[in-house]
Amino acid sequence: MQSSISLSSSYAPTVSFPFSVATLAPSNLRFCALRRQAFTPSSIVHRHTRRRAHSAAVSAALSDNGTAPKSFDYDLLIIGAGVGGHGAALHAVEKGLKTAIVEGDVVGGTCVNRGCVPSKALLAVSGRMRELRNDHHLKSLGLQVSAAGYDRQAVADHANNLASKIRGNLTNSMKALGVDILTGFGTILGPQKAKVGSSNKVVTAKDIIIATGSVPFVPKGIEVDGKTVITSDHALKLETVPDWIAIVGSGYIGLEFSDVYTALGSEVTFVEALDQLMPGFDPEISKLAQRVLINPRNIDYHTGVFASKITPARDGKPVTIELIDAKTKEPKDTLEVDAALIATGRAPFTQGLGLENIDVVTQRGFVPVDERMRVIDSNGNLVPHLFCIGDANGKMMLAHAASAQGISVVEQVTGRDHVINHLSIPAACFTHPEISMVGLTEPQAREKGEKEGFEVSVAKTSFKANTKALAENEGEGLAKLIYRPDNGDILGVHIFGLHAADLIHEASNAIALGTRIQDIKFAVHAHPTLSEVLDELFKSAKQVKEHASGPVNEPVTV
Amino acid sequence: MGSLPNAPTLSFSSSLSATTLLPCRRFTAFPRRLSSFSVQAKIREIFMPALSSTMTEGKIVSWIKSEGDTLSKGDSVVVVESDKADMDVETFYDGILAAIVVADGETAPVGAPIGLLVDSPEEVAEAKAKAANSAPSPAPAAAPSAPATPPPPPPSPPAKSVSDAPTKTVATPQAKKLAKQHKVDIANVVGTGPFGRITPADVEAAAGISPSKSNVTPLASPAPAKAASATPSPAPIPGSSVVAFSTMQSAVAKNMVESLSVPTFRVGYPVTTDALDALYEKVKPKGVTMTAILAKAAAMALVQHPVVNASCKDGKNFVYNSNINVAVAVAINGGLITPVLQDADKLDLYLLSQKWKELVDKARAKQLQPHEYNSGTFTLSNLGMFGVDRFDAILPPGQGAIMAVGASKPTVLAAADGFFSVKNKMLVNVTADHRIIYGADLAAFLQTFSKIIENPESLTL
Repeated sequence: MQSSISLSSSYAPTVSFPFSVATLAPSNLRFCALRRQAFTPSSIVHRHTRRRAHSAAVSAALSDNGTAPKSFDYDLLIIGAGVGGHGAALHAVEKGLKTAIVEGDVVGGTCVNRGCVPSKALLAVSGRMRELRNDHHLKSLGLQVSAAGYDRQAVADHANNLASKIRGNLTNSMKALGVDILTGFGTILGPQKAKVGSSNKVVTAKDIIIATGSVPFVPKGIEVDGKTVITSDHALKLETVPDWIAIVGSGYIGLEFSDVYTALGSEVTFVEALDQLMPGFDPEISKLAQRVLINPRNIDYHTGVFASKITPARDGKPVTIELIDAKTKEPKDTLEVDAALIATGRAPFTQGLGLENIDVVTQRGFVPVDERMRVIDSNGNLVPHLFCIGDANGKMMLAHAASAQGISVVEQVTGRDHVINHLSIPAACFTHPEISMVGLTEPQAREKGEKEGFEVSVAKTSFKANTKALAENEGEGLAKLIYRPDNGDILGVHIFGLHAADLIHEASNAIALGTRIQDIKFAVHAHPTLSEVLDELFKSAKQVKEHASGPVNEPVTV
Repeated sequence: MGSLPNAPTLSFSSSLSATTLLPCRRFTAFPRRLSSFSVQAKIREIFMPALSSTMTEGKIVSWIKSEGDTLSKGDSVVVVESDKADMDVETFYDGILAAIVVADGETAPVGAPIGLLVDSPEEVAEAKAKAANSAPSPAPAAAPSAPATPPPPPPSPPAKSVSDAPTKTVATPQAKKLAKQHKVDIANVVGTGPFGRITPADVEAAAGISPSKSNVTPLASPAPAKAASATPSPAPIPGSSVVAFSTMQSAVAKNMVESLSVPTFRVGYPVTTDALDALYEKVKPKGVTMTAILAKAAAMALVQHPVVNASCKDGKNFVYNSNINVAVAVAINGGLITPVLQDADKLDLYLLSQKWKELVDKARAKQLQPHEYNSGTFTLSNLGMFGVDRFDAILPPGQGAIMAVGASKPTVLAAADGFFSVKNKMLVNVTADHRIIYGADLAAFLQTFSKIIENPESLTL
C-alpha cells in the first residue's frame, strides 16, 4: 500500500505518471502502400470490458511450442494500441514494416481515454477557474471579474469530447497508414505467435511488442465503488464534485487531482504513506511546491500513514478512511469525508498475456526487460523477437517514454541498434504552476557523484528575475540545474513555475544530445520569454575547468 | 561613572573653561566607562518591515527559512505581502532563526517582531520560550456558534445538520485553517456540516465574523442568486459616479432586502408630550437624554405587552424574549448602526443615559462588539431632531416591532366641549410583524406607551 510502485530500474523516479501529453500528429507520415493480403480484422467494436484472463482459451489453442513459422503474417505485431503501441506502429510503418496492432478495449489506451487527455482538459478548466477566482492577482493587473462559476456537466463533456476526438484521430492515423487494427485481447502462444480474441486463429509475426499498459493500483482494504471511492478512471469523468475529498497518495496523479478539485471548490485531504508529501520530486522543488500548491489552498494532509480500510458512503454515512501508522501499523485516525480518490500508483496490466507460454515470469506484474526493451525469461535469457514497452515493463511509466521505447524497438528490429537514455526523458506535473524535471534529483546526483567520484554542483534561478513572468505577475517559481562542474555534463534540471512543462525540453534535449553547459551557454533565447529562466540558469552555472571549446555533437548555432 | 576623589566641585552648567579652573586634577569630560564587555546572548527580533510609505501592516506570505535554519546576512528569510506587492525580506544579521512569532498567512503591524534570531544554538530554546510568551494567547472561543447555514450543497446527499453527539471533531481543511488563523479552539465549535462536520462557516461564526463570500460553487443552470446580475439595472445617467458599498452599507442593504419577506403593518398614535417635556427639562442637567427617556418608556410598555417584544423565527414560532433590549438607531459617519440598551426596563433613567453615552461613543469609534448591536429585541428610531413629524421605519430582521418617533410640535387640539387648546404632540408610528403581533396587540401597546409618556413620573422610579 505504498503511495508509489517502486521500480527496479535505477533510472526513473519512483512514481508513475502516464499523464504526459503525447498526442502524435499523423499528418506528416507517408501513406504506406504496401498492403499485402492479410488477416481480415473483425469489425471494430468498442468494448469497454477490461482484459480478463483467457488462460483456458490459451492452453487450448497452443499447438506446437517453440518452432518458429517460416513466413509471417506480419513483420511486427503490437499488443496494445495505447500511446506506446501507437508510437511504435507509426514508426514501424515509416520503416516499411507490415504492422498489426491488437486492441482489446479502446484505441488510445489509458492516455487518451483515462489519462493524459481528459486530465489535461480538466486541468485546463481548473487553471482558468483558479485565475478567474484569484481576485487579488487580477486586481494587481488591474482586472476585475465578477463571480466566475462552472457547469460540471459541461466540463465533463469537454474532457470526454476531447478524448473521443483524439481517439478518433489515433485510429484514423493508423488506418490511413495501413496498420491493421485487430480487435480482441492478444495472447502470446509461443515465440512469434499470438492469437487475438477468442477465435482460434493464430497470428504470426516476426517480432512482437507487448504494450499493454497499466491500470490504477488499488491497495487491499480499499473498497472502490466508482461513486464515492474512486480511482483516476472514474475521477476523470467528473460525475460529481465532492465538498471534501481525501486523496490517497501525494504523487503526480494525486497532486494534479488536488489542483482540479480545489479549483472547483472542494476541500482536499492527502493521505501519504511516506513521511514527505510529493516524495518523487527533488526535495527543494517539493518544498516550494508544498508552499505554493498545498499550504495556501484548502488542503491538509496526513503523512506517514496507510489507509488500511476505506468504506464507501452508504446508509447515510460518509466515506470512512481508517488510517494506521505506516511503520508501527497502529491505528492512528479515522477520516470521514465525502469522497476518496485512490492515487497510489499504477499496476501493470499483464494478466492473460500468455507469458507462461514463453516461460516469462512477471515481477510484481511487470515484464522483465533489458535496456533494449527485450523481454527476459525466467532463466535470465533473452526471449528472441519479443519486446515489452511502456507501463507494462515499469521502466518509466510515462506515455512519451512508452512511445520512445516503441520507436527504439522498431529501430532495433530494422537493423539499427538503439538504446534509450531514460535520463533524457522529461516528466511533468500539470498543476498550476507546473512542475517538470529531467534527469536526476539532487540527492540522486550526489549519491552518484559519491559513488563514481565526481563533484556535483547546483545552480538555481528564480522566476522572479524573469521579465515575462513578472509581466504576468507569476513570479513564483524556481529552476534548478544539477551538473558536473568538471566536464559540464548536465545531470538534472527541475523547474517549478509557469509553463514549466514546456520549458523543460531545452534541458532534456541538451541531455539527449550530450550538450554540455559550456556550449549551451551560448544559445540565444528570445526576449522576453520564460525560456530566459533556463538561459539564466545555464549562464549561472560555474565550472571548474573549461575544456577546449569543441562541442560534442552539433555546433551550437548562434 | 568613574569615581573622582577630591575633585573640585565644578558646575558644568557654567562655562567649561577647564584649563584655567583646574590647577591640579584634570578629569575627563566624559565619565570613564567600565568597559567590561561580557558577551551577551542577544536575541534579535526580526521586524515586520515597512515596505512602502503607506504600509501599516503586512501579511506573511511564507517563511522561506524554517525554525532552526542558519542564516547569513543578506539571506531572504520571509516573503511579506504589503499593500502593494510581495517582497522578500532579508536578514541583516548572521545567526540562527530560533523562533517564528508570526506564522504563514498571519498579519502583523509594521515594526512588530515576526521572528527571533539568535547567535548560537544554545539560545534557541530561550528564544522559543520568549516567543511563546509574547505570542498572543489564543482567545477562548466565543460561546458555541449560533447554527450557521452550511454552504449550499451540490446535488448530492442531503445535509444532516445535527447528528448524535459526534465522538470526535471532524473539521474540513479550510475550517482548520480558519480556526488557526482566528485563534478559535476547534474542539469547541459546533459542526453543522454534513455528518456533523465543522465547516468554515461554523468557525467563522464562532469567531464572530460574518461569513466570507462563499467558495466556488457549481452553478448548474440557475445563475448565481447572489450575483447582482439578477435585476437588470438601468444604464447610469451620464455624469453619475458609482461608489461601492462599504461593509456596513452592504449589511444595511442586506437587512433591508431581507425585511421584504416579512408581512408588516403600521399603526400610528399621537402622544401628548407636555408632561414629558417638563420632565426632560428637569432631568437634562443630570445627563439624561431624550433617547434614554423614550427607550425606558418603550421598555416599560413592553413589560406589559410581551408579544411586541417577541419575534417570529422561521415563520412558524413565537420567540418570546426574556430580556427587553431596546436598540436605538444611530446615524454615524457613512452608516447606520443600532447600539442596544440591554434590559432597558430594569435600569433606571440615569444609568440608561450613561450606558447610552458609552454606546454612542463606541459606535462612533467603530468599536462596538457584536453583542452590543446584535442583541436588540425592539428598535427605536427618532428623526424628531430634524423636524420630521412622522415616518415609517423598516422592520429590522429578527425583531417583532420598530417604533418611529417624530418631533414634538405644538398642535391645536379641539376638545369635545368645543374648546381649543394647544398641546405638544408627538406622532409615534410602529411597524410590526403581523405574523405574531396583531392590530389589537399593537394598539394596546401604543396606548400603554402613550399613558407612560403622559404620566412620566413613573419613568424616574
